[in-house]
Amino acid sequence: MKTSVLRSRMNQVFCFIIILAMLLVYGDKGLAKETELIGAGATFPYPLYSKMFDVYYNENRVKVNYQAIGSGGGIRQLINKTVDFGGSDAMMSEKDLTEASVPVLHIPTCAGAVVLTYKLTGDPKIRFTPEIVADIFLGKIKKWNDGRISTINPGLKLPDENITVVHRSDGSGTTFIFSDYLSKVSPEWKEKVGSGTSLNWPVGLGGKGNPGVAGLVQQIPGSIGYVELIYALQNKMPYGTVKNKKGSFVDPSIASTSLAANTELPDDMKVSLTDTDAQDGYPISGFTWILVYKEQNYGDKSEEKAKELVKLLWWMTHGGQKYADPLHYAPLSKKAVEKTEKLIKSVTYNGKPIMK
Amino acid sequence: MIEKGTDNVSVELRQQLGLLTDRSTEDFWVRIHKRAMAGWKFGLSESFFRKTLYVAGTFVLVILIAIFLSLVVASIPAIRHFGVGFLFGTTWDPVRGEFGALPFVMGTLFVSLLALAISTVFSLSISIFLGEYFRGGVISAFITSVIELLAGIPSVIYGFCGLFLLVPVVRALEIKLNVAPYGVGILTSSLVLAVMIIPYSASIGREVISLVPSDLKEAAFSLGATRFEVVRKVVLPYARSGIFAGILLSLGRALGETMAVTMVIGNSNFIPKGIFSPANTLASVIANEFTEATGRLYLSSLVELGLVLFMVTTVINIFGKVIIGRMGMEDK
Repeated sequence: MKTSVLRSRMNQVFCFIIILAMLLVYGDKGLAKETELIGAGATFPYPLYSKMFDVYYNENRVKVNYQAIGSGGGIRQLINKTVDFGGSDAMMSEKDLTEASVPVLHIPTCAGAVVLTYKLTGDPKIRFTPEIVADIFLGKIKKWNDGRISTINPGLKLPDENITVVHRSDGSGTTFIFSDYLSKVSPEWKEKVGSGTSLNWPVGLGGKGNPGVAGLVQQIPGSIGYVELIYALQNKMPYGTVKNKKGSFVDPSIASTSLAANTELPDDMKVSLTDTDAQDGYPISGFTWILVYKEQNYGDKSEEKAKELVKLLWWMTHGGQKYADPLHYAPLSKKAVEKTEKLIKSVTYNGKPIMK
Repeated sequence: MIEKGTDNVSVELRQQLGLLTDRSTEDFWVRIHKRAMAGWKFGLSESFFRKTLYVAGTFVLVILIAIFLSLVVASIPAIRHFGVGFLFGTTWDPVRGEFGALPFVMGTLFVSLLALAISTVFSLSISIFLGEYFRGGVISAFITSVIELLAGIPSVIYGFCGLFLLVPVVRALEIKLNVAPYGVGILTSSLVLAVMIIPYSASIGREVISLVPSDLKEAAFSLGATRFEVVRKVVLPYARSGIFAGILLSLGRALGETMAVTMVIGNSNFIPKGIFSPANTLASVIANEFTEATGRLYLSSLVELGLVLFMVTTVINIFGKVIIGRMGMEDK
């Protein structure tokens, strides 16, 4: 090959390689016209969020990517600022809030109930009092035909079988709601076990996720476990009624869950709905929240993205609420929506509220 | 101008490859081009090949050390807080911040060793069957592929099969024996794990047994030994260290297995009392609680569990290697 031709050929190759490298490194920045929001967290609302985000994409061309890694995971990723929003059934603890160091808003999206499901012949409808539930899960009531259970269930003939307790083996918001309730109604529970997403259960087997608990309960005769209402309904599992603070035995349903939220709600919506004061509210209920930073200018977040996030939050608590009921989630009550609107309007970018 | 050759190549060859030219009249790019072409035609030189091998080997060692160091660094908060007591603590309380590894260590060892005991019976029989009796032919090929297929099934599938097929059977057994009818527990996990680890020791065992020199066996036959005596007294002692290495591989797999175990072990964070009681293993508790763990001490304790698992596996491997070495030396 002639020297001059070879040299120019080499130069061409060289330039080509440089351009290719630059495209690989910087190319994606110019091409992406669509905004993408990333969230992670609770598994409980995942079916609802899945549906909501799908609809939202079709209507607004904004892609929302949500990873159901659990409430604790959602909180952690938000603190690490790797996600735009977190999903959690558990409120952020003092420790978490200090770690975050800046204000984090808790935006409720829907409410859920935790039901007690069991396997007994005949699928009886059992009534439970708070004390009985606590003592069963503490291991103090060991048999189904225990005097305390039969006293409040006069019409039922319960068998002389051992009670096998089933709980969650993984960290979960469901556990948080359930243990929060038990801590309120049983001082012994509060002292011995406490509340949290992962607990030191005194008795029982652990199942992974709602399906794990349900699977174990369905198979072990005489077992009792706690699952999300949604899951029990879809799998046609029997569940019991629970006596609430006002004295009525409430059947868990979407309606009674919504009623549980019909109480005095604080402005920051950080409220536990367990052991509710509402007359016909189901006592083991809780909100699930989307966690966002109040001040959206962090990292390399653009104002555009912050605006999209606020728009998404507004839609989820207004237009998106109609998808809750068909999927067996309890939508937010009017009072809850009013307070939530104020919260969403307080999200700022550089100190200025994004939504007027 | 003749260039000094580093590769012991004859002058003529180098001339042919065009490396012997007057440097000053050549353009930079042309020289590079010629060098590249020469290397391409001639093949990589020895030292380059050797260097690549060293780099690859060192790389693996570096990764291992890096894993160990990252585990240690992340567990420092827990180590500082609990000290050695962590290894003997029996409480796992995330709410109060009290963590102890003993129930999980016992659960892991209990389940893995029981699974090993069950699987060794099968894998040894399979190795002898395929290495000695049915060496070639359709049956051997078929069984070998089926065994290898067992190794390829994802562990989640094993977990499902264990949960839906094995658990009811164990539950019926428990009801008959008047024990708590959980279905899940140590026995179930050991059975599932045993099936999972059979392929590892079976294939290595088969290889080693088929490599026993036939003149040794023929000598034994000529002395009047029966088939079984030959296997027992000639084949197995010869292949002993290889079989043991295969068993060690299976044990290593069993210690670390997560998904299949966590679905059928019952997830009860207490020291298991018997073969039917539920338990928990190191890998299972990490998989269950890691994604949701908040709080430095909780996370750090989970990582320390990982470190404990790492150390247990390392210790068992070293121990096993020593035994293999001893076994090998006795024959020589």
